[in-house]
Amino acid sequence: MAVLDLAAKLKAQFGDLISAPSQFRGEVTVKVAEPERVAEVCAFAKNSLGFDYLVDISSVDNYGSDPRWTVVYELYGYGHRCHLRLKTDVSEEKSELPTVTTVWRGADWHEREIYDMMGIRFRGHPDLRRILMWEGYPYFPLRKDFPLAGKPTDLPDVAFTKSAPLEGGPFVTLPGGKTAVEREPRVRTPES
Amino acid sequence: MQTSTELAYDSKIEGGFVVTRAEAALNWCRKNSLWPMPMGLACCAIELMAAGASRFDISRFGSEVMRFSPRQSDVMIVAGTVTYKMALALRRIYDQMAEPKWVIAMGACASTGGMYRSYAVLQGVDQIVPVDVYVAGCPPRPEALLDALIKLQKKIEKQPVLKELEISSVLRSKHGEKVGTN
Repeated sequence: MAVLDLAAKLKAQFGDLISAPSQFRGEVTVKVAEPERVAEVCAFAKNSLGFDYLVDISSVDNYGSDPRWTVVYELYGYGHRCHLRLKTDVSEEKSELPTVTTVWRGADWHEREIYDMMGIRFRGHPDLRRILMWEGYPYFPLRKDFPLAGKPTDLPDVAFTKSAPLEGGPFVTLPGGKTAVEREPRVRTPES
Repeated sequence: MQTSTELAYDSKIEGGFVVTRAEAALNWCRKNSLWPMPMGLACCAIELMAAGASRFDISRFGSEVMRFSPRQSDVMIVAGTVTYKMALALRRIYDQMAEPKWVIAMGACASTGGMYRSYAVLQGVDQIVPVDVYVAGCPPRPEALLDALIKLQKKIEKQPVLKELEISSVLRSKHGEKVGTN
């Protein structure tokens, strides 16, 4: 298959840095062992392998395990019409990655969002500032240890920010119950 | 002297003159020409646009133009989710509107924060601006918004305009004495 060939070429170029490609439902993922070199890998993927479209960069908070962050790059090529996924692990003490804005300009806002929501900095980014929350907001909201309702902040120029009233917790469903009563509890606490 | 606050005109009796109270006339002018400042932030803005389109014509009620400039509008219709980041801008726009001004909070998000009980959403726009009418719905039907406009018109009918002017002139007088007759 075309994607596996491209992933093999990537592995041939970088050797041990790239893991063996794993596949799930037709989607191919490779892990990049050294996060500092992810910009190099992306540059090779764009220039030599034809992955000219960065679909998305997202981040995962593996709360409780080390390394804490996993950053996922989704790549696509208009020429060969193949998707590829690159994953890197970043530890919490470091919380920094080189930027890929030099490879794809569209990575600019994706990296700003990751910085805003998780706190991972991108070295070499042209304008790394918060994009969804306001500048000066002291927390990183999508971390697993940040509550959904938010924490009160005391920035004088924003109206004010108290935590939102949740009235018993986020009303999310539990999977796999036979009846709707089991699946949709009235109140779901974080422990259940 | 006629004391009703309604404008009644019978040409046989009055014969070309309308007799009413000044307050009633002023309030009638204000309520029938409410130009909205559409603070259309999210999905409710689409229903606001629908209320302004031909089927649910909002200009029947005097809201002829949607003035996107706060200086030229009377009522701010907050239609949509207000995030904390937008709350800053919203308050500034409200401050730029000229008196008399009113606010309609359209939809669940503007009234109470709606389904978004989270760190980023202001739980109700009434925490930063004084709201006159709340409209429930997600999004409210255009008819519901027109109902809110009618309720706002009824509220404006009863506002004591001249008393406000008198009070403000008292506050402005240099020596703190009561100015004008009572």
